Amino acid sequence: MATEKIHVKTTINGRPEEFLTDPYVSLLDALREIVGLTGSKEGCLDGNCGACTVSVNGRIVDSCLVLAAEVDGQNVGTVEGMATADGLHPLQQAFLEEAALQCGICTPGFLVASKGLLDNEPEPSEERIRHWLAGNLCRCTGYENIVKAVKKAAKNS
Amino acid sequence: MQPFAYSAPTTIKEAVEILDKHGEKARPMAGGTDLLVQIRGGRFDLDTVVDIKKIPELNEISNGNNELVLGAAVPCHKLYDDPRISESYPGLIDAASLIGSIQIQSRSGFGGNLCNSTPSADGIAPLIVHSAVANIQGKSGSRAVPVEEFCTGPGSNVLGKGEILVSITMPNKGDKFGAAYERFIPRNEMDIAVAAVGASILLGSDGKIAEAKIALASVGPTPIFATKASEFLKGKEPNEAAFKEAAAIAKGECSPIEDMRGTADQRKHLVEVLTVRMLNKSLERIGG
Repeated sequence: MATEKIHVKTTINGRPEEFLTDPYVSLLDALREIVGLTGSKEGCLDGNCGACTVSVNGRIVDSCLVLAAEVDGQNVGTVEGMATADGLHPLQQAFLEEAALQCGICTPGFLVASKGLLDNEPEPSEERIRHWLAGNLCRCTGYENIVKAVKKAAKNS
Repeated sequence: MQPFAYSAPTTIKEAVEILDKHGEKARPMAGGTDLLVQIRGGRFDLDTVVDIKKIPELNEISNGNNELVLGAAVPCHKLYDDPRISESYPGLIDAASLIGSIQIQSRSGFGGNLCNSTPSADGIAPLIVHSAVANIQGKSGSRAVPVEEFCTGPGSNVLGKGEILVSITMPNKGDKFGAAYERFIPRNEMDIAVAAVGASILLGSDGKIAEAKIALASVGPTPIFATKASEFLKGKEPNEAAFKEAAAIAKGECSPIEDMRGTADQRKHLVEVLTVRMLNKSLERIGG
């Protein structure tokens, strides 16, 4: 069926963005294919894997389960917003140092999800970290190094 | 995704008009965590998705002394982020903390969970044990339906053409009340219940059970209000013997299927074990 495009005015990683989208396009697809931010990854498309995790108004969400039209007027945060001109985000640095990734597909989702935790709870327990990250799947690492990296980043920031 | 139009009405009246006009070709969307997956899977052929999150009444959380009014679009995290709600509505908090992942809890809520009406819904049994009522608005007026009467089969419910769930209301039963919800899943997180039980206990001034409610999930075509087991507990001393007897009755009130998640026998066994556990937990939470 023919549908009209929707004009979305939003803020992505602190920067105002405007784009036109079809109404049936997910936030994930809009970020990757319209805005050109390909850090967020497509995994399962049903809310199990968390590879597409971004934040909307500070809360982490699966961007494959959000319509692009819904973020009009909202604040979106993606992995591209984590490093600054001064260097990597403490979580990114810790992931590197702890070898918390192998293939890397899940990494942007883990980073954004972990940031969502540490932004609100600077010193989470290991149990809390594991619970918080239950919505992110990794096929490579066995999670040990990811949990270590999040703990290290919590200590360093 | 297949093409559909997106509308985000700001009033209930407008939402009802759009839903009534499009009938089966439109669905309301709260968190979208079920709907968008279902659309991708081809379950619906839609003209329009109606985003209900811009309607003020559907975002309302009003936690008064006597009752909690939960707008149909309120996501799970808003409940456990509010300590006052955790105190009076512990069964809801148990469910809000285990529906999907943290990502899912940012979007999904009890309204959508109820309207999606799956037999395994983690949100519905807790609503039943909190004596919740669904407030529905349609073109010709509004009506209130007790949550235990809301679902009519797997994925189906009492909502008629153009009708929308506005809010869910439940009474605050005070400090002699406790409730709990737990499901059995093979993993620690992120799974669909093999079987699940919600329970609540209200103690009278004599220390006996003034009212008890037991509700079951994933063990029948809809979430089940175990009325016989609930009724049995009325007037009893709140102890293990009574709880075990109620659990045996509850086991007889379910009708589970066999599937890849579990056998019917295992599910019945789980209902019995979890019922005792949830009644004990409800009791522990009174005055706790």
